[in-house]
Amino acid sequence: MIRLEKRPSPSRVWAAMTPVLAVVATMIAGGFLFWMLGKDPLESIRTIFWDPLFHETFGPYSRPQLLVKAAPLILIAIGLSLGFRAGVWNIGAEGQYIMGAICGAGVGLAFFPADNPLIFPTMILAGALGGWAWAMIPGFLKVRFGTNEILVSLMLVYVAEALLASVSQGLLQNPDGMGFPGSRNFRDFPAAHNAEIFTNTGMHWGVVFAFVAVIFAYVLLTRHMLGFHVRLTGEAPRAARFAGVNPTRLVLFCLGTSGALAGMAGMFEVSGPAGQISIDFNSGYGFTAIIVAFLGRLHPIGILLAGLLMALTYIGGELAQLMLGLPAAAIQMFQGMLMFFLLAMDMLTNYRIRFSMKTA
Amino acid sequence: MEEIRAQDALLTLEGLTKAYPGVVANDDVSFSILPGEVHALLGENGAGKSTLVKMIYGLVKPDQGEMRLKGEVFEPYNPAAARAAGVAMVFQHFSLFDALTVAENIALGMDNPPKPRELTSQIRQVSEAYGLPLDPKRTVGDLSAGERQRVEIIRCLLQDPKLLIMDEPTSVLTPHEVEILFETLRKLTAEGTAILYISHKLEEIRALCEHATILRLGKVVDTCDPREKSARELAEMMVGTSLHVPERDPSEPGDVVIEMDHVSLHSHTAFGTDLKDVSLAVRAGEVVGIGGVAGNGQDEFLSALSGEAWLSSGEVRLKGTCIANLRPNQRRALAVLSAPEERLGHSAAPDMSLTENALLTAAVRQRLTKRGFLRWGKTESFAKDVIKEFDVRTPGPDNAARSLSGGNLQKFVIGREVLQKPEVLVVNQPTWGVDASAAAAIRQSLLDLAADGAAVIVISQDLDELLEIADRFTALYEGKLADPVPTKGLTVETIGLMMGGGEEETAA
Amino acid sequence: MDLSQINPILLLASLMVAATPILLAAIGEAVVEKAGVLNLGVEGMMITGAVVGFAITVNTDAPVLGFVCAAIAGAALSMLFGILTQYLLSNQVATGLGLTLFGLGVSSLIGKPYEGMKVTTLSKFEVPLLSDIPVIGPILFKHDPMVYVSILIIAATWYVLTHTRAGLILRGVGENHDAAHALGYKVIRVRLMAIAFGGACAGLGGAYISLVRVPQWVDGMTAGAGWIALAIVVFASWRPWRVLLGAYLFGGITVLQLNLQAAGVPVPVEVLASSPYIITILVLVAISMKGSHGAPGALGKIFHATH
Repeated sequence: MIRLEKRPSPSRVWAAMTPVLAVVATMIAGGFLFWMLGKDPLESIRTIFWDPLFHETFGPYSRPQLLVKAAPLILIAIGLSLGFRAGVWNIGAEGQYIMGAICGAGVGLAFFPADNPLIFPTMILAGALGGWAWAMIPGFLKVRFGTNEILVSLMLVYVAEALLASVSQGLLQNPDGMGFPGSRNFRDFPAAHNAEIFTNTGMHWGVVFAFVAVIFAYVLLTRHMLGFHVRLTGEAPRAARFAGVNPTRLVLFCLGTSGALAGMAGMFEVSGPAGQISIDFNSGYGFTAIIVAFLGRLHPIGILLAGLLMALTYIGGELAQLMLGLPAAAIQMFQGMLMFFLLAMDMLTNYRIRFSMKTA
Repeated sequence: MEEIRAQDALLTLEGLTKAYPGVVANDDVSFSILPGEVHALLGENGAGKSTLVKMIYGLVKPDQGEMRLKGEVFEPYNPAAARAAGVAMVFQHFSLFDALTVAENIALGMDNPPKPRELTSQIRQVSEAYGLPLDPKRTVGDLSAGERQRVEIIRCLLQDPKLLIMDEPTSVLTPHEVEILFETLRKLTAEGTAILYISHKLEEIRALCEHATILRLGKVVDTCDPREKSARELAEMMVGTSLHVPERDPSEPGDVVIEMDHVSLHSHTAFGTDLKDVSLAVRAGEVVGIGGVAGNGQDEFLSALSGEAWLSSGEVRLKGTCIANLRPNQRRALAVLSAPEERLGHSAAPDMSLTENALLTAAVRQRLTKRGFLRWGKTESFAKDVIKEFDVRTPGPDNAARSLSGGNLQKFVIGREVLQKPEVLVVNQPTWGVDASAAAAIRQSLLDLAADGAAVIVISQDLDELLEIADRFTALYEGKLADPVPTKGLTVETIGLMMGGGEEETAA
Repeated sequence: MDLSQINPILLLASLMVAATPILLAAIGEAVVEKAGVLNLGVEGMMITGAVVGFAITVNTDAPVLGFVCAAIAGAALSMLFGILTQYLLSNQVATGLGLTLFGLGVSSLIGKPYEGMKVTTLSKFEVPLLSDIPVIGPILFKHDPMVYVSILIIAATWYVLTHTRAGLILRGVGENHDAAHALGYKVIRVRLMAIAFGGACAGLGGAYISLVRVPQWVDGMTAGAGWIALAIVVFASWRPWRVLLGAYLFGGITVLQLNLQAAGVPVPVEVLASSPYIITILVLVAISMKGSHGAPGALGKIFHATH
């Protein structure tokens, strides 16, 4: 008979091991899935995890993509992790990401075709503000009326998508675009373009901000009172209030920060890799970032690694689509599986498995 | 004597042993219970009383040993089997469902409940027959602690048990309610029902029980007739060593330090109690004890002083200055400290280390932060100081709070506040669930603190404790505070009246 | 703009059709939450039900079989959640989110070959005599059988929860799992059954979208219906008949905004399109302002028996 026994203290070894085990288990289960789809499992796994980095032909193209795809995931996941640690469940990062992109791009396009070095920093600020404001809606409703932030933040994703559809065919539509939906392309607007900082590295300003966010979150959580209060609120809300945490401010801080980071991520994406506001420029990063946050165990360094890994599955997935005809949805499912394996193994951190003979 | 008892015993335990990883909860426990007797199971927390009754009630399986009920081998594999055999149990923490009605709660506790209408009339019958007034249609969450216990008892009685197990039944009752309960129990024994009565309240056991089995560290160390022993003798059998009675230097109290002036407070928890027009002034060097049955506003009282809740009206003054608008940490800066009742989750974060838990309240006074940044080294050494000064048994400050036993964590929590040199300290249930020696140490530290000139407020449901350490006594009843009176010369009748609310009305 | 295009009778009749998917998903989730479990994977189970129901019906031409398989698929997916949260003690919020992400992936994978296909839908069932009543007949009594089945499920759920011992045990488990365990009830077993019921209902709701309401397979076609179902459970204070009320109110809003769009009302399309979501938010705010919602006591808490 198998029993679970609560550990006196959470195991640090298992906390670090479970994500690795989850990745291995996902590879095995994913290989099985690909085999069921009629693909060679080993080749599929290799195409997803190895080829994007080390393949002679594809490597040079896909390596830079790693940072491009990882940056928004990390930026969003860092913000989400603060909230998740405090028990504030912002799952509408996708909406905040879209709103950040709309605001950032809108501010930039308003200056077209000016050439002023302040335009891009203003866009970053506008993007952050857009995401922040969108996250403040569930934040305000939660602290003022006690409304569930999970449902409100999620509903706002659909509202943001409707707005995105609207602006890309209206307000921000390219006047020279012959009626096609979508804004001007930022590649044609150097002062507002989030270009690569070093050519062929994928390194754009969003990547820089993602790294800064990781460091910021690390210092906050391990060295600062505010970070301690975030953790305390998640572990024991009543103890947090006793310790002098103002729950209202903390909820607003967590939602605001995650909204601002998601908004920035959207701005960097739309003014760089995506290039323009269009109906479907957003590719679900706001949702995938939830997996990244958990896979990284809500720890900044973990999120950095998890973001890179998840970016790899995106690129590898595209490659596998191209090379092996693996459906795109298989990758999405693969990512979902990763989350499940992780949650399943998480138990090992807090519980010990005991095998015992059943005595009558 | 046991031999004779075993022959016509209702329940006989022989060599029961149960081990958990790292601890033997019960070690070769044998005794027997006669029909119609009130049998006390006496022991400190951690002596193994709970494990033993869980085995009898089918919640835990013994590793070794045998139970016999009326001579037949008794191996209940779950509570339903135990109930079917005639064993019923009233839990220490009532296993009730707040949002359900009395009748629904009782139905859930029965294996074959009758139709709702019939059940309702049965509940009315039993509650009248045994003097336990209760309306079957009320929602349990709205009941007082005493009424909630009646739900449990009626639930058991409806099944006509041969053996009724009661786990610390009086810890939440007023003296008057205790009297009602004892009347009920005496009626039951007169009808032949045996009662296994678990308690560490010695006076009660002497008043009620005919036979006592004393457990220490999982073993039966003694049996006796408690009516023939003094409370002190029983206590010494239970603890094994002589009790350390707190001593205090008689000192004249100084000026008023903390003052509550017509404080009212609206409770924000679902089944909480509002504070109504509470006034109290405590002087330097004085210990004020606040008694009262659980759920009469104790948590709210502490939160009014700790700064966790805003007052709806009235003032809290520290040496004449109003501090009602200050938040918890601003109050801590002024040396107003507190330790709430719930250790895991309120005064400490269970999954965090002791170092982190030291930071929880000591950040301000011990200067554990610098411009918001944490000074982990200093925090850890403060945690170590608490562990050392208060004899907290733990491998070190890196261990999670939940890995400590209740008594050790409580010593840590109290020590954390005491070492911050408070001028005002408010504690709620400082020794609840704590073993006797740790409890004595905690009480002594509170007395020492008062001797050093602090104003100390102790909220407790343990009357013996309050009478032992408090200079003045008062009680909370439905959110109202009685006028404090000197502890010296206080009678049980006066205490009962204060705990039952109002001096003019006589207890019904 | 031409408001006269809007036929109130047709509007009310289509309201019931628009509400049925959410109604089914919400009553399932209400039972799950009554048992003390918060499953945020409704959206994922719905869309899996939608794709499975569609695929089976396309291949067999038997919509009834499609619905049955959709319910089984929803229940199977919910068991993944059940095992993770009940046996492996994972966080319910995170696992539910994972279930939704996983379900969206699975459905997209299964549904790819079925995009753009046509499907046999359920035929209308006219209640004899009653459907001939003017006005009320076409509104209430000329629907496909699933509309009536969904109302029957509501009625049955209400009866079981309030009038049977099984319902009492379920509520007890959801209110205080430790007490229920102490009384000897199998907390995990009760919860797994509730979760499976919730999954099956969500699957049926999803299949209703792909087989009746649309009827087609479009990737991501549930478009937040699962989340709205979660909101309706809160709105309904976990009471079956109020779930019905909430779902029909919501269905009414959806149908009305579609009609207004079609009629060309001078309100921006994006405002109309997002109105169901905005109104859901407003309703949630109104409910939370009222305070005291009667949420089950143990909702979302992890149960681990220590002995």
